[in-house]
Order: sequence, then structure tokens, then C-alpha cells
Amino acid sequence: MEYVIEMLNIRKEFPGVVACDDITLQLRKGEILALLGENGAGKSTLMSILFGLYQPDSGVIRLKGKEVRISNPNVANALGIGMVHQHFKLVHNFTITENIILGSETTRGLVVDTRSAARRIRELSARYGLNVDPDARVADVSVGMQQRVEILKMLYRDAEILIFDEPTAVLTPQEVQELMKILRGLIYEGKSVILITHKLKEIKAVADRCTVIRRGRLIATVDVETTSGEKLAEMMVGRKVTFQVDKKAKKPGEAILELDNLSVRGPGGVAGLKNFTLEVRCGEIVGIAGVDGNGQKELVEAVIGLRKADSGRILLKGNDVKDLPVRGRIARGMAFIPDDRHKYGLILDYSLEYNLILKDYYRTPFSRKGLLDHKAIRRHAVRVIEEFDVRAGQGAAATVRSLSGGNQQKTIVGREIDANPDLLIAVQPTRGLDVGAIEYIHRRLLEQRDNGKAVLLISLELDEILKISDRIAVINNGELVGVVRAAETDENEVGLMMTGIKRGAVS
Amino acid sequence: MTTRAGREYILSLVAIVLGLVAGAVLMLLSGNNPLLGYLYLFRGGLMNIERLGNTLATATPLIFTGLSVAFAFRTGLFNIGAAGQMLIGGLCATAVGLTFPWSRPVLLAAMLTAALAGGGLWAALPGWLKARFNVHEVVSTIMMNWIAFWTVFYMVPRYFKGPFLETESQKLPDTASLKTQWLSALFNGSYINLGIVLAIVFVALTAFILDQTTFGYELKAVGFNRHAAGVAGINVNRNLILSMTIAGALAGLGGATFYAGYASNMQIGVLPSQGFDGIAVSLLGANSPLGVLGAAIFFGLLHTGKGFMNAMTRIPPEIADTIIATIIYFAATSIMVERVLDRLKRRRAGQLPVAAGRDTIAAPKKGGAR
Amino acid sequence: MWSLITQIFPYAVAFTIPLLITSLGGLFSERSGIVNIGLEGLMIIGMFTGALTISVLEIAMPGAAIWVGLLAAFIAGALFAMLHAFACITLNANQVISGIAVNMVAGALTTYLARNITGSGNILIIHGLVRKDVPVLSALPVIGRLVFTQTYATTWLVLFLVVLSTFTLYKTKFGLRLRACGEHPHAADSAGINVHLVRYLAVMISGAFAGLGGATVIVTYSGEFNGTAAGLGFLALAALIFGQWKPLGILGATFFFGFASTVANVSQAIPALAKISGIYLKTFPYIVTLIALVLSSKSSQAPKALGEPYDKGKR
Repeated sequence: MEYVIEMLNIRKEFPGVVACDDITLQLRKGEILALLGENGAGKSTLMSILFGLYQPDSGVIRLKGKEVRISNPNVANALGIGMVHQHFKLVHNFTITENIILGSETTRGLVVDTRSAARRIRELSARYGLNVDPDARVADVSVGMQQRVEILKMLYRDAEILIFDEPTAVLTPQEVQELMKILRGLIYEGKSVILITHKLKEIKAVADRCTVIRRGRLIATVDVETTSGEKLAEMMVGRKVTFQVDKKAKKPGEAILELDNLSVRGPGGVAGLKNFTLEVRCGEIVGIAGVDGNGQKELVEAVIGLRKADSGRILLKGNDVKDLPVRGRIARGMAFIPDDRHKYGLILDYSLEYNLILKDYYRTPFSRKGLLDHKAIRRHAVRVIEEFDVRAGQGAAATVRSLSGGNQQKTIVGREIDANPDLLIAVQPTRGLDVGAIEYIHRRLLEQRDNGKAVLLISLELDEILKISDRIAVINNGELVGVVRAAETDENEVGLMMTGIKRGAVS
Repeated sequence: MTTRAGREYILSLVAIVLGLVAGAVLMLLSGNNPLLGYLYLFRGGLMNIERLGNTLATATPLIFTGLSVAFAFRTGLFNIGAAGQMLIGGLCATAVGLTFPWSRPVLLAAMLTAALAGGGLWAALPGWLKARFNVHEVVSTIMMNWIAFWTVFYMVPRYFKGPFLETESQKLPDTASLKTQWLSALFNGSYINLGIVLAIVFVALTAFILDQTTFGYELKAVGFNRHAAGVAGINVNRNLILSMTIAGALAGLGGATFYAGYASNMQIGVLPSQGFDGIAVSLLGANSPLGVLGAAIFFGLLHTGKGFMNAMTRIPPEIADTIIATIIYFAATSIMVERVLDRLKRRRAGQLPVAAGRDTIAAPKKGGAR
Repeated sequence: MWSLITQIFPYAVAFTIPLLITSLGGLFSERSGIVNIGLEGLMIIGMFTGALTISVLEIAMPGAAIWVGLLAAFIAGALFAMLHAFACITLNANQVISGIAVNMVAGALTTYLARNITGSGNILIIHGLVRKDVPVLSALPVIGRLVFTQTYATTWLVLFLVVLSTFTLYKTKFGLRLRACGEHPHAADSAGINVHLVRYLAVMISGAFAGLGGATVIVTYSGEFNGTAAGLGFLALAALIFGQWKPLGILGATFFFGFASTVANVSQAIPALAKISGIYLKTFPYIVTLIALVLSSKSSQAPKALGEPYDKGKR
């Protein structure tokens, strides 16, 4: 069998961690090879080595049988290796043409020749069915289109081996379908693809073979067709994964949060959230499903008080809190687990104990007459650390920056749940965590529900929403498409609703 | 956290040493003996009680501007406007001092209050612009510096013109000066004045506010991560404005101690160098009040000793400014030193140096330009 | 009124040109992503180098000395700017602090050296540039009198550099790459562009232009180095922001600021202007820049990655 690229016995160490330990990955010509692993398993490091961003400590890379040294991304490009990064690398105020030619411009005299480049981009776009307008500005086109621009960048440079790093994270289900079609088209034209992902469904849908890694080690490379999803999951996590949570039936009580015709402006003054009406009751988890950027951010910020609502009402236990500041809402029983814990959840340079009082530092017992009571702060920290099993080297005095991602998230969850809130708002609470930590967070959310509290869960992971929620509200373009019971729906229906098609419109 | 602070002090010391080495090279280049140069430089600042007093007097406004910059830093703001705030503080103090015939304690209190208020308000505007319109404080405080510069340039000759020169104000009466009999006598008639007492009080006060109070917790939380602070219910905008105002008030007080203590009138057409030196002071002092005190006294020493050195050797006094400027450059590039220290440490631990990439320490989160 | 304008115009232009070229230098640096507060210091370096070179050479080679001096200032500015580039680009240091350090080092070091050389710390040049009428064009009605009469050769040099810079930034490969580095260095890097190299070049161009600006002051209206640029570098920075990081904007802003400052400077001598208090004219550039910042706070044209150190490892 002919391999276009082989990474043999790759080892890479960072201070304190072995990111890749003797991993071998082989890509055949004209196949889609999935690289499966949990967050932190070493996928990115391995691919960064292939793309020339890091040098392996040991092991060899072979291109069509010949050993190569990829010292930087330029070498990778020259060897025909291209990568679509998870975060697009596009200059927003440049045209698509300018973005694509950047770094390999052709010139006429001294002037950059954009015209003939645009012509070539049009041809490539037509050949691979990418439907890209070379003269549009990147800032003006959709996320899906931006991804296709990234693909064109590689095709423009005649890449033969294309690496996709978690390409579906930012796409709508429909755009995902589109991408799968594009991937098959690439293979048809003789390209070879490595697909980095942790989503089993996508692997089953499009990949030929799958290399599974766990904690920096190679587990196996298997044929996708003959391997079940459960088996893949087990290989990825290292134990049987049930995928089912123990959810007792429960009758929800009175409404805790009521959103009534809420409208919120997004960035640049455009409507972010339009006449949104929803209620969350005691003892239930309401999930908000939707593609990123469809009003979730505006919804969350309006509810917690970071953004002003233009019209409508936000009722918390029957009282309108629309005009209250953030602190007023916290005091009335709201708690919040943000999606970006480093940016919104923690003060990384503060100690663990300081982070645990971030919302209460001004109240007794932590503050007396404007002075901090360090003893009370320590006592509180010790208790919460114990209760939520936060592991930190130096205990309460440890700087939060030094904690692992899972423990940082536990710090936030501990702080928010310890406040005993009536309403807990959790946005992507499991992002970037490994399966163990994900299960922990899910358990805690369900516990809240079982204790008769209300939970509003906003997530881009449809699986998470379907698994945890009692009811699912689907949001599209800032509007509520509909609310369905989790027990009575499935991924297809919610996925369709996420594109804006109302329930029942298609049977 | 304590190790981090300790590390910053080591870096500061390295920066000082490198600055002194650079100064030595310059002395050599101009055909002078650097050892002799430094001998006279330090003797000039320390050799007797009078010169010691002068060192402290020179350090006084630097302590204030250093505290001003450090305080804003802690809230994540970069106050480049200490020079302008000093000017406005000095102008307010001078205006009060020249206008009202009050008794000394009342007059001094009024002058200091005016300086505090003037500097504070001058800085409150950039704080407000930052909070309300997200205008970057580096740019706005630079603009405010020059607005202050020209304001003084036209106000002083117009309202407080001195008897001899167009370019300076009238001399403040003795009742309006921070120079005081017992202190001057204690230090053998040096420039030292009540400003130093005030400065030390404010060093203690800022340290207390930052470390012990709820207010300090809030300010630092905003400084480290204003997004998380906002989500936690802290009023970020209020803290930004307050922090800038306090920073401005401190610099304003520095202006009062300079123009109504060290000097006794205002010159026009000069942006006081203490404004930018304050950034160096804050940087060297690791943004901590005590560190600021030490760094300011060190700079005061250099400034006080340079005249004596110039008299005894043929080294121009500007060497002191050059050394200070070089120190701030080395402080800004301390990451280089940090890398060397790291490598040494690792070698001592018997580990191999790891390939570049992950092991580089992120740039210290001081201010940040955007 | 007309005679007043024709009277002031040459002074305004003379004052504007150094600002313009310095601000244009700042444009290169900032469009590549590096904040340059050190423009003031870089101008001082240009003033010092220019004045020193000319004062040494002008007896031996009168006339040519001025041009050698300008060239020397250009080169010295570029070299000195490497201090800033090294700190910001190689070491990822705080760009604002580095810029301040550059200002302080430039001011102190040049004064120290000048003191060693002349004793007083000032460096005088005997002959500056001579104002000349542009042949043919100066005979044009209105414009001829206003723009083409009594001009400095440096004015035309700088205006040529403005055109050249605009072309470079917007039409050439280097310009495209430079702007990409200022907006999204990771994108530039992944496209195989050496972000560090581009930024080094940009910062050095800013130093060269600021140095030229400083020397222009010496050979036109000042004639003497005295250890300070009197805030011109900061005024150029204000013009860069007020001009929203665009060459034409900068051209307009510097002229606007230059004219206001000139009016303030001559207002004492010209009775018709004495009524306008200088304080308004002198503070005007800074106040309008603050206002511009407020107005553009929602849609700032500032380069997206301005001031962010670029660390390859962090992706």
C-alpha cells in the first residue's frame, strides 16, 4: 500500500508533559484518515509537528517513502501539506483574493497581480464546487464561506495533503453536510485528507480509516466501516462510555426565569435577539440549541446583565430584573458558568481562594468595614475545595493559572453552585474538557435540577443539549424557532430547526 | 505570588546594573574614568546630611509619579499622563498659593487639596473616555499631557507672571511652601520639604488599599481580567475611572511637592521629566508601593549626585538621565534576562534546554498596549 | 485675508513637512502592528545626527553637506529604531514601555554626546536650506503663489515619499504583507511570511522617516539641535491617529495641525490673529484627536493586531 505521508514513532516532550509518545500515523493516497482523541490527547501537537510548527524529539516523517525534515510551515507548504486551522487565519479587511494569494503573490512589475489570481481562484472554486466570490471582503462573508476560503488557500498552493483541524465546530449541520461533500470531492480529485476530530458521527460519515490516540499514545488505527461507534469511543476514552445519563423523571415547578418578548441589539447595532420568549422552571434544565452566532451571546449577556436589553422583560422569580446591574441579579439568585473560563470565569493571576469569593468579596464574612478578612476567606476556600474536589498543588493559595483545565472549571462550578442559586446559567460548560470532567459537570447540573433549581444550558454541542435537557429551545438568527421536549425529539429534528425551519413545517 | 514578586525585584536589580554598565561605557567613550565618575555620582547624593536631604527631596515627586503609574497599572491601565497631571496639580497648588492670604496650615492644606483635585480630574477624563468609549488611555493621556503643557504655557504668564521672566510664575510666599524650618535645619539647609513625609504616608496608604481592602481587591481584579470582573458583578467602568482619578491625584500631589516644595515657582515650556521617570520608577519597583519608594530614592540619588560629579570630573550631568533611560529600556526588555536566568536554572537542574516554542515565558502582563 | 494666508502659508508648510514624514513613518510601524510612541525620540536622533553631520561638513562641502546630513539622519533613525524593534519584536516587550524608553534614551544620550562635543549641548548649523521658487509652476495663478513659491526642496522630497509610501503600502507585495502583519500576524505567518522580518523593516522605516523629519526641522526652520523635539513626535502620533492610519488622512491631519500651530506661533506678530488666544490653537490638535477617538470608537480603523506581541508558539 502506498502511503503519501508517514509519521513514524513520533515523540514530543514539553516541560513536564509528554505530548506524543511513540505515535505512528500513516496516510494513504486518496483516503480520508480521521485522527480521533479527546481534548489534550496530543492530536494538535502531532499535527503541528507534521505542519512544521514543532520539531519531534524523535521519530521520522516520510513523504511518499522519502524521509523529510519539516522545519517550518513553509517547508510543509512546499511539500504539499496544507492545514485548515480551527481558528481561521484570515485578514478581515482584505478581499478573498488578497487572503488567498498572501505569501505567494505574483506581480506585474512591482504591482501585485490580483486580477489573474482572482481568475485562477474562480477556476479552482468551480472545479471543487466551493462557490467563492474572490472579490468579496472576508468580513462580509459567512463562516462556512470563510472555511472554503481556507480550503482554497491550500488548493491555490497545490497542496496534496490536507489537514482539517476540528472543521465542523463552527458550522451549521447543513454546512457540515456541505463540507462532507467537499471532502469527498477533494478525494475524488486525488487529494489525501487528515481529519482531526472528536466527533464520532463525522468519522462514521466520511472517513475511511481512523487513528485513535489517548494521552499521547497511539491506541490503534482501524477501518471505520468495520468498527462500531461504541468501540471507537471506548478506544478514545479508555473505558466503556455509556453516553446515557441517569435522569429521573421530574415534574417542573413554578417559573424561575421568564423572558418576555426580549429584544437585544448585537454588535454593530444589528438585532441580536428578536422578541425572544421563554421560561425556565424549577427542577428543569432548558437547553438552548443553535449554531454559534445566532443570538446566544446576546441572550446570555442580556440575562446576566452585561448587555442592555432594548425591549421586553426579564423576570426572575416574578420580578423584572431587566434594569438591575449584574451584581443585583447575582444577589437575587442568578449564577453563571461562562463558556470561556479564562476570559469570563476566573482571574487567573488571583489565588484559588480569591477566585472563590469573586462574587461575594464585598459581603460579610469576607469583608468587614471595607477590609478583607483573610481568615474567613481561607476557611471558605478550604470548604469549597473539599466539597467540589478541586485539586491544586498549594491548596487555597495556589494561583489559578497553575491549575489544570478541569480543576479550573471545577473552581467555577464550585463557586457558582455553592452560592445556592435558584437559576444556574451554563454556557458550554464542558468545552475543552476530557470525558471524566464532562461527566462530573453533567452530574452537577442534573443535581441542581433534582434539587428543584432551574438550569439554563446553552451549548453548541447538540449531543450535550439532547442528553441533559428536559426541554430544548432552538434559536436561529436571534429568534426562537420552537421549544421541544428532549424526550420527544431527536437530532434530525433539532438540527433542522437550527436552520430556522419550524417544527411541523416538514413532516 | 511571592516568588513572582521576588523574581521581579531580581530583574529590576539586573536592569539597574546593566544601566550602570551602559553609563560606564559612555563615560569611557568620552574619555573619563567610570569608577571615579560613579564614586563622585554617589558621593554627590550621599556624602553629607544636606545632600541626603536633597536626594530625598528629588525623590519626592518621583515617589508620587511612580505610585501614580503603579496604581493605574494594578487596574490594568497605563498612565502615561503623570507629567500632565503633575503640571495641572502644580498649577492648581500655585494658583491657590498665590491667591489666598490664609495662614500657613490652612493654605498648605488648600494647596494640596487643589493639587489632588486638579490632577485627579485631569486623569478622570481619560478614565472616563476609556470606560465610556474604550479610548485607549495611552493615547488619551499623551494628548492630555500636551494639553496640560500648553495650558500652563499660556495660563502662567497671563495670570501669575513673575517679575523678571516671561517664562516663570511669581515666587510662592514662604507660607505657601512645603519647605519647613525644622526639616531644613535637620538636613542642614537642603531642599527637603514636607513632601517627603506626605510621600511616605501615601506609600503606606496605597499599599494598604491594594492589599487589605475590598476596594483594592476590586481594582486588582479589574486589572487582571476586566471581563471576568464584570461577569462577577464588579462595576468595571467605575473602577477604571476611579483608578485613573486616584492615579492622577497622586501625580497631582507630586506636582505640588515639586513646584511648591522642591521649587517655589513654575516654569513654562517644560513637560516635567518626573512624569516619564515615574514609569521607570514603577517598572523597577515591580508596581508595588514599597518598590516604588526604593526606586524613586535611587533615581533621586542619581539626579542629586550628577552635579557634584560634573564639578569633580568632566562628565556631563546628562549621564544621569542617560542611565535612567537605559535602565527603563533594560527593564522593558527584562524578558531577555529572564530567559537567561531560566536557562541557567535549567542547566543547574541538569535538564536539557527545550526547543523554543512552549518554554518562552509570556510577556509580563503589565498594561499592554491594546 | 488673502495676503494673510499667503504670508502664513510657507511657514505652515515648513512646520507641516517634518510632522508629515514622521507621521508617515509611524504609519509603517503601526500598520505592521507595532505601536510607536518613540517617534519623538527618533526625531531627536535625526536632529542630532543631521545637525552634527552638517556642522562638521559644511565648511568643507557647502551645499552638499545638508543632503549628506539628511541621509545620515535617515540612516541613524533606522538604526536607532532597531532598539525598539528588538524589544518589541524579538523580545515581545511591552511596546508602549519600549517606545517611552526610546524617547528617554534618545533625548538623554544625544544631549550627553552633544555636551561632550560642543560643551553647551547645542549644535548649530550655519546654513540651512534656501527657499526657492519652482520654475514654471510658480507662475501659475493663485496656486503658484501659494504652493510653488519660496519652497524648500525637502518639501518636495517628503511629498514624493508620501506618494511612494502610499504606492508601496497598497499596491506592492511588501505592502500587502505588511498590512497583513498588522491585522492578523498568524494569518501572515501561516502563509509563509516572516512576520518578524516584515515588522523589523516597518519599524526601521518609521525610524528612518522620523529621523529625516527631525533633520528636516534642523535644515529648514530651526537651524539648531538643542536636545528636544518639543513634542513634534507626539504631534505626529496624534496626526497618525486623527488621520486614521491612512496616508491621505495623515496628509490632511498634519497640514491641519501644522496650520493651527503656525497660526498660534505667529499670532503675536500679526494683529489680525492676536485675538485668538494661543491656548486654543495649540491645544486644538490634541483635543480634536481625542474627539476623533471618541467618534471612531465604534469603527476604529486601527490595525487589529496593533500592540499585540506576536508569539509564534501561542496559536
